[in-house]
Amino acid sequence: MPLTAEQISTEVKRSIDKLIAKPGALLPILHDIQETLGYIPPDSVPQIAKALNQSSAEIHGVITFYHQFRTHPVGKHNVEICRAEACQAMGSRTLERHAKESLGIDYHQTTGDGAIFLEPVYCLGNCACSPSVRIGDRVHARVTPDRFDALMEELRTDKLEVLNG
Amino acid sequence: MVKVYVPQDSTAKALGADAVAASIQIFAATKGIELELVRNGSRGIFWLEPLVEVETPTGRVAYGPVMDDQIDSLLNAGLLDATTDSPLYLGLTEEIPYLARQQRFTFARAGIADPVCFDSYKAQGGYVGLTNALAMNGQAIVDEVKTSGLRGRGGAAFPTGIKWQTVHDAQPTDGETKYIVCNADEGDSGTFADRLAMEADPYQLIEGMTIAGLAVGAQQGYIYLRSEYPDAHRILNEAISNAEAAGYLGENISGSGRTFNLEVRLGAKAYICGEETSLLESLEGKRGMVRAKPPLPAIVGLFGQPTIVNNVLTLAAVPFILAQGAQAYADVGFGRSRGTLAFQLAGNIKRGGLVELAFGLSLKELLEHFGSGTYTGRPMRAVQVGGPLGAYLPESQWDTPLDYEAFAAQQAVLGHGGVVVFDDTVDMSEQARFSMEFCVAESCGKCTPCRIGSTRGVEVIDRIRANQNREANMELLQDLCETMVDGSLCAMGGMTPFPVMSAVRHFGEDFSRDTATQNEEVSA
Repeated sequence: MPLTAEQISTEVKRSIDKLIAKPGALLPILHDIQETLGYIPPDSVPQIAKALNQSSAEIHGVITFYHQFRTHPVGKHNVEICRAEACQAMGSRTLERHAKESLGIDYHQTTGDGAIFLEPVYCLGNCACSPSVRIGDRVHARVTPDRFDALMEELRTDKLEVLNG
Repeated sequence: MVKVYVPQDSTAKALGADAVAASIQIFAATKGIELELVRNGSRGIFWLEPLVEVETPTGRVAYGPVMDDQIDSLLNAGLLDATTDSPLYLGLTEEIPYLARQQRFTFARAGIADPVCFDSYKAQGGYVGLTNALAMNGQAIVDEVKTSGLRGRGGAAFPTGIKWQTVHDAQPTDGETKYIVCNADEGDSGTFADRLAMEADPYQLIEGMTIAGLAVGAQQGYIYLRSEYPDAHRILNEAISNAEAAGYLGENISGSGRTFNLEVRLGAKAYICGEETSLLESLEGKRGMVRAKPPLPAIVGLFGQPTIVNNVLTLAAVPFILAQGAQAYADVGFGRSRGTLAFQLAGNIKRGGLVELAFGLSLKELLEHFGSGTYTGRPMRAVQVGGPLGAYLPESQWDTPLDYEAFAAQQAVLGHGGVVVFDDTVDMSEQARFSMEFCVAESCGKCTPCRIGSTRGVEVIDRIRANQNREANMELLQDLCETMVDGSLCAMGGMTPFPVMSAVRHFGEDFSRDTATQNEEVSA
């Protein structure tokens, strides 16, 4: 069930109240909102702006500057494929193509079943054992297309269990 | 009681260390063996991860790489009795040649103990540097860092002591506030030394920042950590709260009456925030737009106050200097590059990992003696040193000594010491195109040559690759690169041309293949 506008506003307020005392509080607040809600609702921008005594344009500018922040809900699992040079040297271009084709989506898109949100990432610091894929907070090393398929299968199986349970 | 070590480092975990640790626990429980399982940091020998160690009376013996599907047979073969009868047996960890041939200053403690165990850190010589620093005045600490010859390890290699002196001498506008900021936005591909240092030895960084605070009179520090490093985030936060509980952070550090507070702040996936002024903007809660210099951050930095911005490894080198003396650090090195650099072997390399060595070895020795060739077994063709803004080096340049000045003389950068290897299947025109594409994605947008020039760069390289008016477009690319170098405030636009032009210069054949041949290759 999606949250109501009121519930969203309450969550956003909670994040703001918790962090507003910090110097340069905006990024911590945005991180907290995204962690709680999965994204930063565009309707929360005026609320954040008011609390920080900034303009909505300034808050919007910050949200859109950083690749991490998004303004719409996405799939259940965040899957990031490293596009940087060390992974390229180990076949990440093939892996990227395979991922997009097998999932039927491009970067910044969610699969039709809502399970997987695909994103590019520039380096996960796992460059000695490339190519790397991050799923949630977990990095996977030496990911071949076959390994990628197995990982995606695991994610989808988990999802079924959750639904059945 | 058997003591076993399985790293909690993120690369080790990416290779299955958690499953290996779980199997060991289950095995011990089933057999009724009393087990102490330590989740240590990694030694940085990533090609041997997951590296499992067992404590014996003669020292720790190692097994690796222990993959998930091998752990059961290894356990049955007698892992917990430290069996020598296994193809994965490596002997005493300290004698593994890859490790034994290194000169570990900053990474001396990496992989020895549980990284957040405060007592282990102290038992291994931790906080000796801080104790010495507490007995000195700020100027004496700055002098010590100057004498060591330490230069910024983030890539620019600016003399650290001079930066510290500037902050030491600067007057805050409010009369009291200065900051220590650690740049932990390690965004360069092929680099993981900062991550390893934070995950394996977090107190060293905390101690280094505390010493910096004492040196210049700052009471607040921030670690600006990239959000791509969730394990480092957790470990740093745990270590900070343990250090506070032990009286080594916060008010009245170690009974001295001095104060230093430390907080980790997360980035949000923006490569440009590794640039120091952009990082400061981001810490202030703004878009990570690059600031013009001057004023230097040392004088007008975070929230307008004097600020030290140093890389993780710069600050992590400081406890050694204060504990062993500046001379011990300055005694090793090459030319004006003193001390050690943490080289990182990455990409298509057989034995990838962290190699901390004194400056001066040649790139070739590093690639051969440590790297042992490519992972794929094919010939090496190009090596990118110093991250995505570093030049691609052809074999003819691999004899270059690993030294800041020697690399600069080759129109290359040593940078943060990241070394990314490519085999002979690489298409260097594709790599050049990627450098421009990366700049399109990551430019902060402040300078036109960087923001628009990179987009035009992708287009020009596409035309060259498609053999459209090739000669004129090659000239245009050259001209565009010069404009970017001359017309950008920071290294993003100013150095993106380095990898591009090095690819053109040294691998010109990849730009001059005609489309017909390329198509044949594709269909073949």
